[in-house]
Amino acid sequence: MSKTTQNGAPGRPSGQGSGLVATAAIWIAVAVVLAVLPQVFSSGLAISTMCLMEIMIIFALSYNMLLGQTGLLSFGHAVFFGLGGYLTAHAMNAARGEHAPLPLEVFPLVGGATGLVFGILFGAVATRRSGTAFAMITLGIAELVSSSALILRHAFGGEEGVAFDRTRVLHLFGISFGPQEQVYYLIAGWCFLSMGGMYAITRTPFGRICNAVRDNPDRTGFIGYNTTTVRFLAFSMAGLFAGIAGGLAALNFEIVTSSAMGAAQSGTVVLMTFIGGVGNFAGPIIGAILVTYLQVMLSDITGAWQLYFGLLFMGMVMFAPTGIAGLLAMQMPLVRAGQFHRVLPWYVLALVPGLIAITGVSMMVEMCFHLTVNTADGPQMSFAHVAFDANSPLAWAVAAVLLAGGFWLFRRAGRKALDAYGSALEKARSGRAGR
Amino acid sequence: MTSSAPALVLSGLRKSFGSLEIIRGVDLAVPTGERHAIIGPNGAGKSTLFHLISGHYRPSAGSVRMRGEEIGGMAPQLINRRGLSRSFQITNVFPRLSVWENVRCATLWALGYRYSFWRSVDRLADARDRTEQILTEINLLDRWDMPAGLLTYAEQRALEIGLTIAGNADILLLDEPTAGMSHAETDRMVELIRQVTEGRTLVMIEHDMGVVFDLADRISVLVYGEVIASDTPKRIKANAAVQQAYLGTEVA
Ligand SMILES: Nc1ncnc2c1ncn2[C@@H]1O[C@H](COP(=O)(O)OP(=O)(O)OP(=O)(O)O)[C@@H](O)[C@H]1O
Ligand SMILES: [Mg+2]
Repeated sequence: MSKTTQNGAPGRPSGQGSGLVATAAIWIAVAVVLAVLPQVFSSGLAISTMCLMEIMIIFALSYNMLLGQTGLLSFGHAVFFGLGGYLTAHAMNAARGEHAPLPLEVFPLVGGATGLVFGILFGAVATRRSGTAFAMITLGIAELVSSSALILRHAFGGEEGVAFDRTRVLHLFGISFGPQEQVYYLIAGWCFLSMGGMYAITRTPFGRICNAVRDNPDRTGFIGYNTTTVRFLAFSMAGLFAGIAGGLAALNFEIVTSSAMGAAQSGTVVLMTFIGGVGNFAGPIIGAILVTYLQVMLSDITGAWQLYFGLLFMGMVMFAPTGIAGLLAMQMPLVRAGQFHRVLPWYVLALVPGLIAITGVSMMVEMCFHLTVNTADGPQMSFAHVAFDANSPLAWAVAAVLLAGGFWLFRRAGRKALDAYGSALEKARSGRAGR
Repeated sequence: MTSSAPALVLSGLRKSFGSLEIIRGVDLAVPTGERHAIIGPNGAGKSTLFHLISGHYRPSAGSVRMRGEEIGGMAPQLINRRGLSRSFQITNVFPRLSVWENVRCATLWALGYRYSFWRSVDRLADARDRTEQILTEINLLDRWDMPAGLLTYAEQRALEIGLTIAGNADILLLDEPTAGMSHAETDRMVELIRQVTEGRTLVMIEHDMGVVFDLADRISVLVYGEVIASDTPKRIKANAAVQQAYLGTEVA
């Protein structure tokens, strides 16, 4: 963006990067996309997948208030998601019947309030520490809460969880929330509000001080701020939004089980946020969409889908620690300077062997899976529509060659792509300076 | 009356790390409005003294009084909110935040915005003006959108001072503000310090004797955790013990 404002003072920053009009345009576009999506992808599967994605967007963004904004690595964020869900379910059951005083639209607030209360409670303990100690405390809290769920059967419904009927509360404007599409719009509305709320918070004095605490907690004290208070507030607010996500998940499934606040759920949100990118507001949104999509799709086609997530996560940490959003943000100066076409061929060149290597890996994974888990079916299997014998050395050799060759070429092409990126960036910068 | 009390009074101040006593009973009074320099050989405990005053370390014994009130052992933010701000010898900024954001964050508490999460930070006109003013003073306005971690060494030193003065504190502690700077940069920094400490109290650790004799109303010499002399620049120059312990060996 230009460094000069309308008032003409040279070098005076125009508030923030893109300006008010651009920001408003982005949010209007987001609202339109959310509204139109179920008309475009109208199958039952598509709509329920999108419901899940939007819930996870809220959840991942709330997690990034901790990790990306404040520098707090929590391993127990699903606690607030799960507790928000449980309390929403109980509130639904309490309010059911003809004379229910509240419409379904407001029940996610029960989840949010629950998340906030427990965020305050657990935050008061956990945020006294930072770094590794903080991470360990959140792990302990997660363990504590999920084991209580199995002991306090009355509150958490034991293994079966707590079920309810979302249509049996007050109907506003004749909306019953029977059809999934109506639920979609409820979730989309809350997703939009939550995204907007969390974005706005990053633009406040508090949001900026969170970043300062993330960058250099020691110095923050010497500019007047109590780092513990900053962490505590961030933790509580993250709990609030995670609770809203949990409440929406409860309304979506009409049941809450203890898996909603289990370690796997806490791990998933770390995965989503990291894969999407912690350094950018859009990162967790991208991560939530991608990971949810892969979960739905992969779990359909392979039994080893969780293993692929592990690989994806490791690959991202090793090769793209700034996440997908970070990779995209790196391209922005090139796009603006009209230099992107110079690097694109190199990216494609690196992508092809990368895909070959991935094919090699997944072939091995599937052969292992077939031989160990599907032993009863015998060694015959098919991969990418090719049938073969999983015991044959040839199949393993093919997979090994694909993996090794693909990886080797990927590393070489990757280095070339990086060089191309570097020189294009150089060009983009000198072009800007020379103007 | 607290208002007539000196800006800072240290009495019997001690600090040990394990069995090692680094500050060994310091008594020092800095009247309001004075520019006070602390000199002394490497490892004398000058930075440690600043850490004790600013709340970074808790004194092992003795007291630190600011305008008559005890602040020894208080948390850094509480001391800062009372109007004492310090810089660090080793640059200590917010590396991923932009230069603009660095300085603006340092203005917010003093302007009364605290932990506000309901006001847009970009609409705070006073924070914006103050930030712009500071960036002009430290000559970093044209670097405003660069992440602080990418600045050159001299620019980071300037930003360090910017963070320290942004909150408008009336007692400033500067730890070697000109260290590692060129002649021209040092001159600029001295001018800046002179300007921003107008009407304030300054305590400054400094190795450059030119700067010290130029700026200071009074000088204290710290050797092995003890103040061996505290006087006007002229008399410090003439002091035999100082000559022996410090000036004679290190500078002359
Ligand atoms: N946290 C600590 N633990 C143990 N020893 C420390 C600690 N901090 C400082 N010291 C020791 O205290 C002594 C004084 O250190 P200090 O940094 O205060 O010296 P200084 O006078 O500022 O020196 P310089 O001119 O090199 O900056 C040094 O010997 C240092 O090793
Ligand atoms: Mg020092």
